[in-house]
Amino acid sequence: MTDVTPVQSVPRRHLPSLPVSLLVGIVLLAPLVVAAVAGSWIAPYPYDEMNIMSRLQPPGAEFWFGTDEFGRDVFSRTLVGTGSSLVMGVAATALSLLAGVPLGLIAGYKGGRAGEAIMRAMDVLMSFPPILLGILVLAVTPPAQWKAIVAIGIVYVPQVVRLTRAITLELMQEEFITAARLRGESAAYILFHEILPNIWPPLVVEASLRVVFAILLGASLSFIGMGAQPPSSDWGLMISEARPFVEQAPWIALCPGFALATAVIGINLLGDGLRALLDPRNTGAH
Amino acid sequence: MFAYTLTRLVYLALVLAVMSVLIFLVTQAMPGDVASMIAGQFASKEVVDAIAVKLGLDQPLIVQYGHWAAGILRGDLGRSLVLEQPIGPILMEALARSLVLAVVALFVVAVVGIGLGVLAAVRRGKLTDQLVSGVSYLGIAVPDFFWAIVLVLVFGSYMKLLPTGGYAPIADGFLPWASHLVLPVVTLVLMLLARIARLTRSSMIDVLQTNYVKFARAKGMPESVVILRHALKNALLPTITVLAIDFGLILGGVVVIETIFSYPGMGRLLLFAIQRHDLPLIQATILIVSAAYCLANLTADLLYAFVNPKIRHGMRAS
Repeated sequence: MTDVTPVQSVPRRHLPSLPVSLLVGIVLLAPLVVAAVAGSWIAPYPYDEMNIMSRLQPPGAEFWFGTDEFGRDVFSRTLVGTGSSLVMGVAATALSLLAGVPLGLIAGYKGGRAGEAIMRAMDVLMSFPPILLGILVLAVTPPAQWKAIVAIGIVYVPQVVRLTRAITLELMQEEFITAARLRGESAAYILFHEILPNIWPPLVVEASLRVVFAILLGASLSFIGMGAQPPSSDWGLMISEARPFVEQAPWIALCPGFALATAVIGINLLGDGLRALLDPRNTGAH
Repeated sequence: MFAYTLTRLVYLALVLAVMSVLIFLVTQAMPGDVASMIAGQFASKEVVDAIAVKLGLDQPLIVQYGHWAAGILRGDLGRSLVLEQPIGPILMEALARSLVLAVVALFVVAVVGIGLGVLAAVRRGKLTDQLVSGVSYLGIAVPDFFWAIVLVLVFGSYMKLLPTGGYAPIADGFLPWASHLVLPVVTLVLMLLARIARLTRSSMIDVLQTNYVKFARAKGMPESVVILRHALKNALLPTITVLAIDFGLILGGVVVIETIFSYPGMGRLLLFAIQRHDLPLIQATILIVSAAYCLANLTADLLYAFVNPKIRHGMRAS
């Protein structure tokens, strides 16, 4: 796991020059964000428009990346699927932060029985292989994408709790926390005004890396039929549906595959860049 | 070290117990009633009730859990509803196949990853170094199922070199057996290579700057001896720990790989069980895979503590 150092004094004397990886990451992600927001308007065809006359067409002028077994335009589907795939990762990460940060703060700040109970519960959650925990959560009811998001969110709560707790514990040693306590500030004040502002830089870095794992796990769950459901054009689902036709029409799988790779590489670079920017002492960790 | 190992083992047993309760409760909440599944869809209510009584399904949940857990401790994993056989033998066979996949993949990752890492460290900053990090970066950028499809496409469909899926028992001969393993193993290796290669590279670079390596060089030892015998031995310590973690990752992630390559291991067994609503089989597979995952992670922790004495004194690895 990442090495944790308190960041109570991020140097603000001058604006550091933006790291190259951050810029490249933004360049790679910008078109994806546009596609996620405006995919259905940009797409040359509706993502679910079937056209039996043009099934399994190779890439060409009419269909830029060919068509699938129902004659649906692969490029349009990939474009529209951007939203589904990215939202899955981002929403799941947001969920694990929402649940994990408060739990980590309690475990770090209050400690004691409550803290111990939280950490042991996290140990149990972490003892499941991630995808199995996802499957366990999902297998109870018929699959749906929002359930996959919740499942992925749960899978990554322990990591967020551990990181938050570790940073909080380190911050508690700092003099400004002791000072606040001696001033008689309430626990809520210390948590929200003293600790929270200091833990967000490492959390942002962590979150950007989590999003990658969440997107990949989401794609995997969709791939085994437990995430997004047809006729959605989620990338993992598209690749799964393309499998039987991979010999005749490899473009159906390759197009969403390359989109997924672009997203993962882009977010990784963005995360590296953010780490260099926000958390300079932490470079090289992980 | 002994006390530390013992504490960790006891803790692992506790965690596994809690996990088993969770798995049991969640699978109980699944739709589908075991008794009516056995009875068939045309059975009368009396028949269904009789089966429920016979299987103890009318008992309170805690009693049912007790029966299930006691059975597992005796080595009895229950009976599969769909396959109508005891789960133990089916599961062991699938587990053995998954383990073969995991062990072979881990071995290849170790050899190739460490080799590339050392190469990159020795040629630090040169073209080889950048090539190694570039290529290994590609491996993690794309999900495993996408690599699997690309590999199937290239080696199975176009070049017709390798089978695109399935499994051949080793009794059929070594070549058919091995040829079915190649594509799944390569997929797993692509996923794990980057981390091992980068880790080996960075620890190797650290070690190469230490005094004892400089001294060995100053003594006039050939560079290959310095690197392979002196430096590598110490540089490998962190790598070994990560390899143990990777073993758990492979086992935990078998569902996807085995589905793609129709490889009859634990992952396919689990998906089969879920699709057919075979509750006892779901419970047993999830429990066994999770236990194997925990054991691999514990091994990683113990190796880490063994390698690094600072850890093993006084502090619980949490």
